[in-house]
Amino acid sequence: MFDSLSDKLGGIFDGLKRRGALKEADVIAALREVRVALLEADVALPVVKSFIDKVRTKAVGASVLKSVTPGQQVVKIVNDELVAMLGSDSVGISVDGLPPVVVMVVGLQGSGKTTTTAKIAKRISEKDKKKVLMASLDVRRPAAQEQLKILGEQIDVKTLPIIAGQTPVNIAERALQAARLQGFDVVMLDTAGRLHVDTALMAEVQAVRGATNPQETLLVADSLTGQDAVNVAREFDAQVSITGVVLTRMDGDGRGGAALSMRHVTGKPIKLVGTGEKMDALEDFHPERVASRILGMGDVVSLVEKAGETIEKEDAERMAKKMAKGQFDLNDLRDQLRQMKKMGGMKSVLGMLPGMGKMKQAAAGAQMNDSVFRRQEAIINSMTPKERLKPAMINASRKKRIAAGSGVGVPEVNKLLKMHMQMAKMMRKMSKMGKSGRMPQPGQMPPGFENLIPRG
Amino acid sequence: MSSEKKGWFKRLKAGLSRSKSAVSGGVTGIFTKRKLNAETLEELEDLLIVSDLGVAVAGRVTKALSKDRFDKEISDIEVREVLASEISAILTPVAKPLMINTENRPHVILMTGVNGAGKTTTIGKMAKGYIDGGKRVMLAAGDTFRAAAVEQLQIWGDRVGAPVITKPIGSDAAALAYEALERAITENIDILIIDTAGRLHNREELMAELGKIVRVISKKLEGAPHDTLLVLDATTGQNALHQVDIFGKVAAISGLIMTKLDGSARGGVLVACAEKFKLPVHAIGVGENIEDLQPFNAEEFAAALVGDTEA
Repeated sequence: MFDSLSDKLGGIFDGLKRRGALKEADVIAALREVRVALLEADVALPVVKSFIDKVRTKAVGASVLKSVTPGQQVVKIVNDELVAMLGSDSVGISVDGLPPVVVMVVGLQGSGKTTTTAKIAKRISEKDKKKVLMASLDVRRPAAQEQLKILGEQIDVKTLPIIAGQTPVNIAERALQAARLQGFDVVMLDTAGRLHVDTALMAEVQAVRGATNPQETLLVADSLTGQDAVNVAREFDAQVSITGVVLTRMDGDGRGGAALSMRHVTGKPIKLVGTGEKMDALEDFHPERVASRILGMGDVVSLVEKAGETIEKEDAERMAKKMAKGQFDLNDLRDQLRQMKKMGGMKSVLGMLPGMGKMKQAAAGAQMNDSVFRRQEAIINSMTPKERLKPAMINASRKKRIAAGSGVGVPEVNKLLKMHMQMAKMMRKMSKMGKSGRMPQPGQMPPGFENLIPRG
Repeated sequence: MSSEKKGWFKRLKAGLSRSKSAVSGGVTGIFTKRKLNAETLEELEDLLIVSDLGVAVAGRVTKALSKDRFDKEISDIEVREVLASEISAILTPVAKPLMINTENRPHVILMTGVNGAGKTTTIGKMAKGYIDGGKRVMLAAGDTFRAAAVEQLQIWGDRVGAPVITKPIGSDAAALAYEALERAITENIDILIIDTAGRLHNREELMAELGKIVRVISKKLEGAPHDTLLVLDATTGQNALHQVDIFGKVAAISGLIMTKLDGSARGGVLVACAEKFKLPVHAIGVGENIEDLQPFNAEEFAAALVGDTEA
């Protein structure tokens, strides 16, 4: 939908051949396009203007390097300035200090506060090894407190017991008291969503702030926010003086101009970005990534593909872990078959296992065939859950039933069971080797694996 | 929570007043006794962009302004009139209330949108409106993903007096939609509103899941879902265009609802959406109260956006 800035600038400079230095007239023409690009990326107008002024000063007279076009040179200057403005140093969340340290989370309705609160709590408790207590002060949205409680159970972080009818300040005070008595290091306060123009609700969050003196007050904001980002950030900062911003939904395809707007009007760092619905989808802020995104230089499609790759990689790693434990029933085999189908064959999976180089070549030679995986999965699907857990119980009559159910012959069922048996044996062996510290020989094919390769 | 009764127009104006003052204040600033030249036009275009109207619409409106008036003295009232009529011309064809056909038995409404747009809250408000109008309404808690989403809809159901069909978290949303529809048919419900989990439009697997929900519903009842609504957050910038585009392709969106117009966000991207996709805009949300969901009126929205001409 958006043309990339490089394309647009390329158009402007088409008529121009290489020059020694950028002339003011060229720069102004180029910056008009930069302005539109930034506005399309939802950077707020006042921020765009101040940015353009800065870049103009830097670009006029800048010498054009031999290897690039004038357009590319302008893009580089723009990009560097964007990165500088977004904050070149990454700033984390500070939770050191006399416990309990209070982290308060504020923002508009639906910006992702509760999810973010839980993600940060998980991060602090796992990475910083702090004892964290979460409390929801959202007494307005139905089931908001319940939501934080459930998330707390999922990530194994304690939440303050819910008492109906308490005010946000009451709850916050109770959380602090509980933290002191029970030795929590950090208290995370998840506040209700509120509009920055709602004076009554802003007074409420100020009262919470006054009662708890948070070390961090984080503004959670949607990265898809438009021009209003400046108003939201400026008002929240003015009224509760935020210490940083967390941008959510960075896994969307928004251009993320809000990042620049918020950073510029508040001067406060963007500390973290939310990149998904899973509880560990919280990342440090990378200014250069956001800069290329704002400029439309990062191809959305390739970004999406990259995201897809990571997901598959995670899956494969989880599988490898499971295999290392030495447990392996037919459910696991089916999971594996599905993973392989999804990952476009066994090669990529094998590549992640140690000592599988030879196997990988063999797999490539045998021309992996998806239909074999499908058939094998169908055989397992035709078993009862009990059979999948205890393959030993599969006798001749069960085999007949399974074969009929999956549309194959009994020999094929036998083959699958044999393969599973060998693999399970190998898993046990491998896990024992792992425990005794011995790794499998590089390039040695573990028994059973050759059966995975369809022949003929 | 205060629930004092105000006329809906007053409410709408209260909700939109901030967008209005931002744009019209700027317009007054630019055009009081000034010639319409390239510089003023550019400033005007900027002001429209600030309202999230988008570069294309802003350019079109400024072009219309300059057509016969370039280099002439122009008053700010005149500017506002042209602005309002231009915006209104784009919005009028899409300002259509949601039509319920109770012969559908039930009339099925599927709610979609990105995370945090305000789907569940909007459902609560819609259900209230239909129940007050004497309809039998059932809700389906199709957000089986987010923690406590089911409970949230359940509380709305209790508030407005509508049965809520639920399944445990992690259940298949399409299966739940199917069951709810089955129940709605046997219980002779007029309107079934199905909530869905928030999803980003660029997450292919989640969009595929939404597509499945639509297919399952249409298999059970021909013609259903009769309305598939996309809920847009007014604070969203130009990304709303992507959302309408992709949700439209996957789930055949039939209409839009814009929420959170009571903040300082201008919601101007709705104008860009109207121009580009021509999808009906059914309602706008101007507050957290149950009666804060209002029908969408093009002229009033446009007038409120650029400021009243008689002011």
